Amino acid sequence: MKKIFCNLKLCLGCKTCEIACAVEHSKSKDLFKSISAGERPRTRVKVASGAPAPFPIRCQHCEDAPCVEACMSGAMSKDKAGATVHDKDKCVGCWMCIMACPFGALAKDDRERIVFKCDLCPDRDVPACVEACPTKALFIGTTEEFEKRVAARKEKRVELRHNRK
Amino acid sequence: MPKKYEKRSADKASQQVLKKAEEEHIDTIWDRYEAMKPQCGFGELGICCTNCYLGPCRIDPFGEGPAVGVCGADADTIVARNLLRHIAAGGAAHSDHGRDVARMIRLIGEGKAHDYEIKDEVKLRFLCELYGIATGGKKKDELAKALGEKALAQFGQQEGEIGFITRAPRKRQELWRKLNIVPRGIDIEVVEAMHRVNMGVDTDYKNILMQGFRTALADGWGGSMVATELQDIVLGSPLPVRGKVNLGVLKEDHVNMVVHGHEPALPEVAVKAAKDPELLEMAKAVGAKGLNIVGMCCTANEVLMRHGVPVAGNFLQQELAVITGAVEVLMVDVQCIMPALVEVASCFHTEIVTTSPKARFPGVTYIEFDERKAYEISKTIWKKAIANFKNRRKDAVSIPKESMDMVAGFSAEVIAKMLGGTYRSTYRPLNDAIIAGRVRGIAGVVGCNNPKVMHDWGHLTLVKELLKNDVIVLETGCAALACGKAGLLRPEAAFEYAGKGLREVCEAVGIPPVLHMGACVDNSRILIAACEVLREGGLGEDISDLPAAGAAPEWMSEKAITIGFYFVGSGVFTVFGGPMPIFGSERVTDFLTKDVEAVCGGKFAFEADPIKTAKLMIEHIDRKRAQLKLKGLMYQEKESLVRA
Repeated sequence: MKKIFCNLKLCLGCKTCEIACAVEHSKSKDLFKSISAGERPRTRVKVASGAPAPFPIRCQHCEDAPCVEACMSGAMSKDKAGATVHDKDKCVGCWMCIMACPFGALAKDDRERIVFKCDLCPDRDVPACVEACPTKALFIGTTEEFEKRVAARKEKRVELRHNRK
Repeated sequence: MPKKYEKRSADKASQQVLKKAEEEHIDTIWDRYEAMKPQCGFGELGICCTNCYLGPCRIDPFGEGPAVGVCGADADTIVARNLLRHIAAGGAAHSDHGRDVARMIRLIGEGKAHDYEIKDEVKLRFLCELYGIATGGKKKDELAKALGEKALAQFGQQEGEIGFITRAPRKRQELWRKLNIVPRGIDIEVVEAMHRVNMGVDTDYKNILMQGFRTALADGWGGSMVATELQDIVLGSPLPVRGKVNLGVLKEDHVNMVVHGHEPALPEVAVKAAKDPELLEMAKAVGAKGLNIVGMCCTANEVLMRHGVPVAGNFLQQELAVITGAVEVLMVDVQCIMPALVEVASCFHTEIVTTSPKARFPGVTYIEFDERKAYEISKTIWKKAIANFKNRRKDAVSIPKESMDMVAGFSAEVIAKMLGGTYRSTYRPLNDAIIAGRVRGIAGVVGCNNPKVMHDWGHLTLVKELLKNDVIVLETGCAALACGKAGLLRPEAAFEYAGKGLREVCEAVGIPPVLHMGACVDNSRILIAACEVLREGGLGEDISDLPAAGAAPEWMSEKAITIGFYFVGSGVFTVFGGPMPIFGSERVTDFLTKDVEAVCGGKFAFEADPIKTAKLMIEHIDRKRAQLKLKGLMYQEKESLVRA
């Protein structure tokens, strides 16, 4: 299946993905409209500081997903394509999935007492975070496609723009 | 394993208060910094431009995304423009401080500010002559008014050169003229800088950076120097004075007022008012033994070096002072006042009092400072503090025991007097010591605190390494207070930390190996001291010839960038701890760290490790010694000094 990957060498920790994700999950899907409407949409991706570089954390859509295993109400499940999906109507807010997730990718929505997570942007071809990433660190595709891309980049040894004298 | 609070500050008193903050769940700057991480890489690299509404634009430093902004500006232009904006803001802050002092001295001359007087008439006459005001037969009030007007005119001057430029070595003045970076006035350079960074104006990064130097020189040799010199005239030129520093200066049985910020005019009078019999009576009536005024940050440096007023701490300790639970009033003026203080103070009885129309906080008490009613205003604020004493929660008070002795107040003039004696003040003994190889050279270590570096650790590690290698250290601002807390500003520190040659000089003259020269606006004193050393002869003709270097290991303020630029622009090799937001442009970085040396004799370096910083500074000093054909060091072999 297609997953979202991050080339850690390119992440600058600017949190553009966080904003893009929140806006995509707002009612208006517009930054200024949702802010002026007092809406507080939430991001499903969080940029964490890591050594030596920051990186975004979001649902990895694991093949053998511990959250699905842990979910007692059946809200968390795998769909046909292999994505981990969350059914908000079935969620009872027991937070077992949060305990089980090895990535810390799930978050609590205290207002509605349910869990929320990356849904791979069902309304879009390319997820909002991937499209917004200013350094193209984020990528959507299969594992093979991502590996190919990283390898190609290495070969090209993209010359830093400002290196050109 | 060290506890969290032990990793945050190298200062024992601060660690204790941080432990208390942790236990009581009070967030401090360190927690807010953790929460902010990771900080945006585009901002860190300086390649985010928000100067017009074509943007915001960002350049992809890795070369996949956009290489130019919507207007076509590339990384070089964007980085240089952003930096010039920082320089303009930093210079504006210092210079606006100077403007207020000039206004005050004019008021005094007009007889409208009765709570102040002309304290240093010698300097008044000296500066009048420097500005071309005839002094013969004139009274000091008359001269004060004329000097105030002349100084104010420096800000609005449109053409020519600012007055203090002539204090620089002749060779330096000529170089500035050749480079066309002599400031024409003080304000005009800030305004022109802001014009140039406006959409679609200056695009050539070198041209932008040269305006950066001119804007910064308008601060160092302009606004800052006006602030320092005129304050000396009104408040008195500092003399070496013993003081105490660290949170232990707060007194459990007294009404405590902390004065924080940068402008000493009101705190100066509040110090006087602390002895007012009426106020003391009131304090007794509420059960306090007396009134205790202590300083914070650069306001602290100002009142310390003129009155020996104790200092509670430096930049990162402002919240900690409140968290001791023993502060009745925190009186603030301008610059480096964390907005977070309001939230922290709400956990205690502490009342924050803002006093400057330029720096107000929502929902916070505001008592506007007016030079004409300074004593009255001070008394009003003291009365607030006394009334607040009863609200202090006894169980919430915990003042650390730590406080350290220090000697402060070494102005450029005082150093000459210390070295040569009152009647034949001269820098000769220092020059001789450098020439003979007793003292290797001079370092200026200045700047702020920053939670990105363990509090005070950067300053202390660097300064100790310099002292060990016989480098005498001049300090201002929060750097000076960091070293004060660790005992480096006591004459005894020479025995413990200084190399043999430096120790001999300190012993003979009776000075500490680290000299406190004032607040951050007083970095201009370091420039004057450098000029005096040159005038004494034997160490070259220009500031860039001197075996000297500067550093700001824990910097954070825009003012620090401006200070860096006027030091480099004056010919000083200057090392910054953290990187400036310039690394998104290799050309700008190369220019400032390499090529600029051929232009103006100084250059920048960026080094996070304070030991390596010391090494860079020492190597530079040794290179300058070799160029001056000075002898080797008297007591040290080169190999043994510099730790790899």
